[in-house]
Amino acid sequence: MYKILVKEDLVPNIHLFKIEAPNVAKKAQAGQFVVIRIDERGERIPLTVADWDEKEGSVTIVVMEVGTTTCRLALLQAGDYIADFVGPLGLPTHIDNFGTVVCVAGGVGVAPIMTIARAVRREGNRVISILGARNKDLVFWEDELRSVSDQLIVTTDDGSYGRKGVVTEPLKELLESGGKVDRVIAIGPSIMMKYCSLTTRPFGVKTIVSLNPIMVDGTGMCGCCRVSVNGVTRFVCVDGPDFDGHQVDWDLLFARQCIYLDEEKSSLEQW
Amino acid sequence: MAKVNLNRVSMPRQDPKTRARNFNEVALGYSLEQAQEEASRCIQCPKHACVEGCPVEVDINGFIKAIGDGDMPEAVRILKSKNSLPGICGRVCPQETQCESTCSLVKKGAPIAIGRLERFVTDWEQANKSTELPTVQTTPTGKRVAVVGSGPAGLTAAADLAKFGHSVTLFEALHVAGGVLMYGIPEFRLPKEIVQGEVEYVTSLGVDLQLDSVVGKITTVDELLENGYQAVFLGTGAGLPIFLNIPGENLNGIYSASEFLTRVNLMKAYLFPEYDTPVKVGKRVAVIGGGNVAMDSARCTLRLGAEEVYIVYRRSEAEMPARREEVENAKEEGIEFKLLTNPKRFIGNEQNWVVGMECYEMELGEPDDSGRRRPVVKEGSAFIIDVDVVIVALGTTPNPLIASTTKGLETTRQGTLVMGEEATGKTVKPQVWAGGDVITGAATVISAMGAGKRAAADIDAYLRG
Repeated sequence: MYKILVKEDLVPNIHLFKIEAPNVAKKAQAGQFVVIRIDERGERIPLTVADWDEKEGSVTIVVMEVGTTTCRLALLQAGDYIADFVGPLGLPTHIDNFGTVVCVAGGVGVAPIMTIARAVRREGNRVISILGARNKDLVFWEDELRSVSDQLIVTTDDGSYGRKGVVTEPLKELLESGGKVDRVIAIGPSIMMKYCSLTTRPFGVKTIVSLNPIMVDGTGMCGCCRVSVNGVTRFVCVDGPDFDGHQVDWDLLFARQCIYLDEEKSSLEQW
Repeated sequence: MAKVNLNRVSMPRQDPKTRARNFNEVALGYSLEQAQEEASRCIQCPKHACVEGCPVEVDINGFIKAIGDGDMPEAVRILKSKNSLPGICGRVCPQETQCESTCSLVKKGAPIAIGRLERFVTDWEQANKSTELPTVQTTPTGKRVAVVGSGPAGLTAAADLAKFGHSVTLFEALHVAGGVLMYGIPEFRLPKEIVQGEVEYVTSLGVDLQLDSVVGKITTVDELLENGYQAVFLGTGAGLPIFLNIPGENLNGIYSASEFLTRVNLMKAYLFPEYDTPVKVGKRVAVIGGGNVAMDSARCTLRLGAEEVYIVYRRSEAEMPARREEVENAKEEGIEFKLLTNPKRFIGNEQNWVVGMECYEMELGEPDDSGRRRPVVKEGSAFIIDVDVVIVALGTTPNPLIASTTKGLETTRQGTLVMGEEATGKTVKPQVWAGGDVITGAATVISAMGAGKRAAADIDAYLRG
């Protein structure tokens, strides 16, 4: 059992949980994920780590309510326990001194991008972050992300905060402005990551995305999370989650994310 | 001398029609009378050839005699002194190629049903918990051993090492111990309660079980050796699924057997939505492969409501690696065998769902390296099978995680670990032993247990210097 040390509602449907997991905290690196299971009847779901504290022995995850597991998790409070917390899984994000790195975060993707922006900045990169949300009420960690970025651009779909529009617009402008961009790292909904990749492709800027397919074990055992990258089948859980966005077969990823739509709906209704 | 009785007492089983729609155990087990009748057939020959056929050297004639004498606690004691997982072995060991194949009565066509008797003893023990188990009367050695993987090899090694007096930590990547016994073999063949009963026995010996711990990620083998463990046993199995690598294999509805069985057995998808993990079963299912895992997968889909289930296998029935008994069970339940059939590609619809499978008819040519006749494509024989779910059960190879994160371990082209000494389970890295599927590739529960046992003995000898 793993104790919830802190729970914080970042926005109405996005919650932060700090989980007591000292062994995971010792090893976690930016870009890796954990697999959690709430209780005996629960599903195993992957979540990218949002932070960790080796001294405190804690790992932070940020969760948006989308399905049964995340909605059930949202009801838990500090002091409660979850059955399983496995990690750190997957390969860490490749961090190096690239030059200028644009970190693009959509929705709940702000949480994992924080650790990556922090790590690339520590390596001496110039970091420009773009934070996108549907509307003002869903923006969180703006100050935190600003603190690890040289420049921060906020967009909302409806213009209720920051700049109106989607993240690919300022991304394209940065690329067109002639300012050197050496690498783009995009984390958020798959559709956002796809369009970020399409935006950067004509400019030949390497674009790393963190894929989020359905998983079961998260250790390479089942192949549920297989994706096609550069025409080769890869398992996101062990070969990723980071891949070159220009090489990802996005349509296959979208299709495979929909395998259990009916069951996900009925499970949520039943619950 | 009394006449030898050649009538093996048959095992009561659920009726095929009924059982094909439930997950309850197929074989129901002997009653005391049936067990004693079967035990009485044992001629207690002086050769004890059956023991030679057992990879863990159970005193078979001894426990059979105890059953005959009505001394069940003694039968339990004898069985458990050599075998820490007898409830599992009694159900899933291929006795017909092991102990029963060396039984003195095999020549007369009626070997003692050793597996059924073994199962009877453990069922009796489960039902009569008060029995005193073989107590561990060892002085703690103060030595620490890490066992990685809690499948049959790891559980056996951990139990034996604990019995030798060593302090054992057993690391398991999943949220429950048992490995393939939990995620792979279905409930109707091996009830999970039985597996957990045996896991509890192993932990009762003092083994410290660490779940949710992926060695290679949360810690490494080298770190274990640096942090106070004097020896490491790797029983990490063969957990990486093999796919066909033919077009369309990533379509929705195509599972590896590992994924399908993990969803059904480990995550209990057959109880969805009471349990949160779903699984797609479809109406027409093709299971590709001819081993026990293929039979298990096919029989699961039937129980989950599939209407037509095919086993698609590229050779003929004679070459099938599955146990005879499992093939018969599958046939009785209504699974259709499409033999000498090999998939060429999968066909999907606009939503990326599999709707068909183009196959070739095959014929058998000259024997290949495995000694089995090589299947060859029959020209112009392509045809399409309509399917909505496909399960690929072509086997597994070891997960590369441990080998890739441990200095000094070597792997073969098949991904199995290179051994330093086959008989003892020593790898090429000092202080590291291994056994089970990680060495052999996918094999049987009992061979993994035998490897765990031999390695535990060698580790003990090493630790005692």
